[in-house]
Amino acid sequence: MSRGLFRGRGLQIYTWLVIAWLVVPIAVMILFGFNDTKGRFNTTFQGFTLKWYGQLFEIDALTQALVNSLLIAVLTMVIAGVLGSLIGLALGRYRFRGAALLTLVMFAAISCAEIVMGASLHSLFITLGMPEGFPTIVIAHVMFSISFVAVTVRARVMTLDTSLEEAARDLGASTWDTFRLVTLPMIFPGVLAGSMLAFALSIDDFVITNFTAGGTTTFPLWIWGVTRVGIPPQVNIMGTLIFAAGLLIAVGNIIAARRRRA
Amino acid sequence: MRTLRARLTPYALIFPGGLWLAIFFVVPTLVMLSLSLQSGNVVDGFAFTWNWHSYVDGITTYHDQIIRSLLYGLAATVIQILIGFPVAYWIAFKGGSNKSVYLFLVLLPFLVSFVLRTISWQFLLSDNGILLGPLRDAGLLPQDFRVLATPYAVIGGLSYNFLPFMILPMYVALERIDPRLLEAAQDLYASRMQTFLRVVLPLSLPGVFAGVLMTFVPATSDYVNSSVLGGTNTTMIGNVIQNQFLVNQDYPVASALSFTLMALLLIGIFVYARALGTEDVLEVAAR
Repeated sequence: MSRGLFRGRGLQIYTWLVIAWLVVPIAVMILFGFNDTKGRFNTTFQGFTLKWYGQLFEIDALTQALVNSLLIAVLTMVIAGVLGSLIGLALGRYRFRGAALLTLVMFAAISCAEIVMGASLHSLFITLGMPEGFPTIVIAHVMFSISFVAVTVRARVMTLDTSLEEAARDLGASTWDTFRLVTLPMIFPGVLAGSMLAFALSIDDFVITNFTAGGTTTFPLWIWGVTRVGIPPQVNIMGTLIFAAGLLIAVGNIIAARRRRA
Repeated sequence: MRTLRARLTPYALIFPGGLWLAIFFVVPTLVMLSLSLQSGNVVDGFAFTWNWHSYVDGITTYHDQIIRSLLYGLAATVIQILIGFPVAYWIAFKGGSNKSVYLFLVLLPFLVSFVLRTISWQFLLSDNGILLGPLRDAGLLPQDFRVLATPYAVIGGLSYNFLPFMILPMYVALERIDPRLLEAAQDLYASRMQTFLRVVLPLSLPGVFAGVLMTFVPATSDYVNSSVLGGTNTTMIGNVIQNQFLVNQDYPVASALSFTLMALLLIGIFVYARALGTEDVLEVAAR
């Protein structure tokens, strides 16, 4: 007997239609990276070409923006990955005074409107007279990523069996060795997932970056800046390559998970 | 000694991250509150004067944009529930061994930059673009028909951009439902509709709640969709705040408006939670 209340293919067709709707803009983005456009506006398809792939890095400001985005995302991944994992470990493993307050602050950070966080940070930086740029973007990205990493790691920690760590200690392992050789390998999938989430959140962020960037440009900020003048095909290609990289990682994950189950 | 050390361990673990959140999340919110009560200008500097006028001025000048944002956010949220629930339901109950593949397909848009996705829609919906152009040439649409610069384009963009955030938590809640509960309901002679309304729907509410939380807030405070897809009569409060902060540099009014937005969103979430009768909002949302 099949699960569920409704028979027939109606819902299945509907689901595929919604998925198609979700994918349409991506397909358009990929397609127009191959467009042999003549003018400034990449709006009508004028024939297939690979020439833009050859000229991918010809717009210096765009290339710099992409490099900035990648650097910021890597720094955010590392810093928020470590700080968030430590919080996740503490919340998942220990009961302590202040845990509820910390959870509340994290929940507020996750559900707070991005524009409010961006505006608040901007207020702080102008009040302190702190010039905005690359460092302030990293500060902001780490701030909004920490809670997501912590929640991901906490979920992993809570499923773990503490008896393994007790066994390690009974066998004479020091606290540090127990952490390094037993705890860390067990929570590592959570740490990895959380850090990757931080990378993804950082590289895509527009709103908070808009408020904390000063004169520095990231990939989304550069695109935003040229919206009115027209998007060059190089943007489509960079978007396509980021999409392809994400796709490869995700598909690799799904296949690995299936193998483990099998 | 060992017990003291054990007691201090969690604090050592949370210290660096907690400090980061305190300095760059909690303190800035207070700084913004202070800034909203200051008077002055960007040339001569600002001073704290309990200046409530920024709130009065901001709200009276921009009440249209505030109300419009709440309406657009609400409309987008309702549309997303209606579009997303059947999808979440089908994947949870009929996805079989391919559940993760379907979920992955739903999450695909997140692999493309938010701004780029919105621009893609601008391109698709443009007046002489690949959708409207041919339809108009074929005489199927009136000559002055357009989608861009209308509220429909903005609400559509908001619904599109945040839909995966709605589907995901609803899916998680639906997937947890034990199929034996459905069998039990049917054994007790409940019709399919009754089973759906009295078993599936109530059990899915925590997911719907989390989904609303994750979509209503970003949709209401967004300014990308209304900038890219909208026109002069679809300006939202996010556009005003961005413009006041980054272009006009009228910090007190800008801060007052973003504080007002934050307060409205908090009140909205609270009222909504009470109306839904959710016992422990934090508990549900944190999951």
